[in-house]
Amino acid sequence: MSEITDDALNIAERWTGEGRAIALATVVETWGSAPRPAGSQLVIDSDGNFEGSVSGGCVEGAVVFEAVEAIETGAPKMLEFGIADEAAWEVGLSCGGKIRVYVQPVARA
Amino acid sequence: MKSSDLIVLNALRAARQPAVVVTEIASGDVQVLTQAEALAHGLVDEIKPRLLTGKSGMVGVAGAEYFIQLHLPPPRLVIIGAVHISQALAPMAAQCGYDVVVVDPRTAFATPERFTGVTLQADWPEQVLDADPLDAWTAVAAVTHDPKIDDLPLKRALDARCFYVGALGSRKTHGKRLSRFAEAGYDESLVSRIAAPIGLDIGAANPAEIAVAVMAQIIEAHRRRPLGDLDSAA
Repeated sequence: MSEITDDALNIAERWTGEGRAIALATVVETWGSAPRPAGSQLVIDSDGNFEGSVSGGCVEGAVVFEAVEAIETGAPKMLEFGIADEAAWEVGLSCGGKIRVYVQPVARA
Repeated sequence: MKSSDLIVLNALRAARQPAVVVTEIASGDVQVLTQAEALAHGLVDEIKPRLLTGKSGMVGVAGAEYFIQLHLPPPRLVIIGAVHISQALAPMAAQCGYDVVVVDPRTAFATPERFTGVTLQADWPEQVLDADPLDAWTAVAAVTHDPKIDDLPLKRALDARCFYVGALGSRKTHGKRLSRFAEAGYDESLVSRIAAPIGLDIGAANPAEIAVAVMAQIIEAHRRRPLGDLDSAA
């Protein structure tokens, strides 16, 4: 049950240790039957490599795209996904739920 | 967030210490807090209930949005005694999300056939607990009926301030246990933490029903633990 040894946060630490520029994406709010609970995380590097999960596959592609951009700008951003946003994001949650995902670049310090 | 925040957070998690991460959404400013720091934080009213449930979420305070993320150590259950009750209790606890260890030096009881899918240690509790010490995020249920096996892990559980300490045995058996522990220098307030007879009083009549009563008592102890106590133990 404990998934502490190889989860997104440990991978994030390892990647920054290797000198890779990274961002963390975190599910911060869910409505309806969202696939992953608040707190679920994805780590992304500037090449678009990623580990972890924020939705079980539905929106990871879009999150990775936004995260790579956040790594470049250095600014955090909030993303929203849901059925109603299909036109805007071209992705959606087939389960009918809605989620907010916070993307934050990790500064080396 | 900074890479140094990640290092602090991961160190707390690896040490099985609770950690709370408060992120101010607009600025991206991050604070990584220990439980003691969280209980002294400006958002304590929002954080405190979450320390019990482990649920992360957004809060709005004075026009600012924050994400509060909880990292609680996964609870463990150490069962002393590979008996009938344990055969029902171990899979039940695993389903509730507990890391389960069953300890029994009597190799006739501690067989892999009787315990699939849980960690089984066919060794004396002393050896097992020396190698892998108890902590405040661990529950201990001693169910062998044998003081030679049960007493040491019960004492260790009290010393480590395990969030749950339960021992099988009638009131009479427990009375004898209390006098042994008193002689060993354990004061009454500490020993009163032992749940005995073990399990919630639901009239359990067989090993599986006793396991349900024990699991329910463990869940109650975990979800309703006094935060101040754990705090001073940490």
